[in-house]
Amino acid sequence: MRLNREEKAMLAGDFGPVPKAAIEHQLKVGDFFGAKDFVAVTQAHIMADTESLGVHNVEWLEQLARETRGQRTVRIPTITDPRGTDFTKSKQLGQAGWMVDLERRAVDAFVKLGVSMTDTCINYQTIQAPVHGEHVAMGDTGVVIYSNSVCGARSNFEGGPSALSAGLTGRTPRYGYHLDEHRRGTLHVRATYTPVSLNDWGALGGVIGRLAGDYWNVPIVEGLDRVPTSDELKHFGAAMASFGSVALYHLVGITPEASRLADVKGPRMRKHTVGRRDVKGLQASYAVDKKVDVVVFSAPQLSIYELRSLAALCDGKKFKLPLLAVTSPQVKPDSDRFGYTERIESAGGTVFSGMCFYQSYAREIAEANGWKRLATNSAKMVNILGGYGYVPMLASMEECVDAAVSGSLK
Amino acid sequence: MSPRTIKLFTKKVFKARHAMGGKVSGEALVAKDGFSARYDLDRIAGVFSRPAHKLAGQSYVGRILVLDTAKGGVASAWMLAEMRSRGKVPLAIVFNTVNPILAQGAALGDIAMLAGFDEDITEAIPHGARVEVDPAKKTVRVL
Repeated sequence: MRLNREEKAMLAGDFGPVPKAAIEHQLKVGDFFGAKDFVAVTQAHIMADTESLGVHNVEWLEQLARETRGQRTVRIPTITDPRGTDFTKSKQLGQAGWMVDLERRAVDAFVKLGVSMTDTCINYQTIQAPVHGEHVAMGDTGVVIYSNSVCGARSNFEGGPSALSAGLTGRTPRYGYHLDEHRRGTLHVRATYTPVSLNDWGALGGVIGRLAGDYWNVPIVEGLDRVPTSDELKHFGAAMASFGSVALYHLVGITPEASRLADVKGPRMRKHTVGRRDVKGLQASYAVDKKVDVVVFSAPQLSIYELRSLAALCDGKKFKLPLLAVTSPQVKPDSDRFGYTERIESAGGTVFSGMCFYQSYAREIAEANGWKRLATNSAKMVNILGGYGYVPMLASMEECVDAAVSGSLK
Repeated sequence: MSPRTIKLFTKKVFKARHAMGGKVSGEALVAKDGFSARYDLDRIAGVFSRPAHKLAGQSYVGRILVLDTAKGGVASAWMLAEMRSRGKVPLAIVFNTVNPILAQGAALGDIAMLAGFDEDITEAIPHGARVEVDPAKKTVRVL
């Protein structure tokens, strides 16, 4: 890779061992993907729950945080994805003390590195959405796909070590979705059905994600009969990224790079048609049981509007099952102020903050609480939780709330 | 065996477009399936654990994995380094296509990785063959 004077100085250790380690890591990745140089980024977002980190990587962060020579803190606004717990409710989740202790150690290390603990995967709704053409280093697949597709910003999937490195150096290798050549469509999807509910939007994203198949494919979608909301595209993109490892899509006439099909059309595009039957079929494939042990709204964290809808559905209900609603530390105070938290919790639910269900030792909390059959309106979560031993089922928010009352999905 | 397969089996050296890490040789564990450190593995035992995975039940420790594509979320970027700290890592991973997460994870975990071939590498390398991965030359060679 071609390095400028500042980058050469970082590599030589002139700024200290922390930026040196960061740029060495970035060079390995950049060389692997054939990046010609670095591109400056304006913000970084780090995925680093401790189930992923393990003790080894927490110790690695602590070692960086102890460094006294040179620059130790991040150069650009650097924020975090959800933690592996809500510190105020870890006992309710059935988490062990060592999990919470490890989370605290990770938080302490990140704070010493200058990272802002936003603990959110909906930073594009709550912290600062990037703008069209802005280069960023986002570290949650749902955040990357929203930033690239809806905002028109430019990011690759930046795993925790790479996002932290980007924060420390203020740049990232210029490959993948930072380059025009990768942002053109590789498959064309005609949607004959425009979803209504969030679970249907997620399922549509999941279907298209499976068709796309890998990171380097870019779906172009035509045929939606209205402009979707931010929450709808949140579920649509998060599921597409989860089912297909997809980082960018275009909606013709809607997303900023795709005013017309010709603006984003690639040289060779596979053609597909996706309809209501596909969307319902994906959901039916998970509907293997009527009985439910737990209801969870998470992945991505809920916006204030989703909590508003949920609160309305909870009014006058009494839950037989645990119902968990997970949001960000930025949204939770508003949910409290607006009375949404109280309405959800009066029915027997709980509003969690700063965590994400599947990143919070999902296997261990399932064992601790006897949870197996899980109802959710998040397509992303049903895709993930099968790997943690759950039987996850996808239904609308209303059907999930009804299941919390009756114990089963209709 | 089709003429195409015979041709693939007589070829011994395959060139990748992307490479990192040091030279290693060992037994190839081959499957036309994906790879996610988070969802496919029992990382404590060092085996593929997702029941639907084509390598379910097989140990990946000290083997050279030859697989179709990188799957799963961003957590895998941390996990290869954690697996290395306990000695439960593959020697190398060879993919038809890779995403940035696994490449970033291999960089942190110091694991040799190749990706991007003209042929389907999971068809070209026989399961159980001894192979050499040479990232400096961007090659995988059947020994």
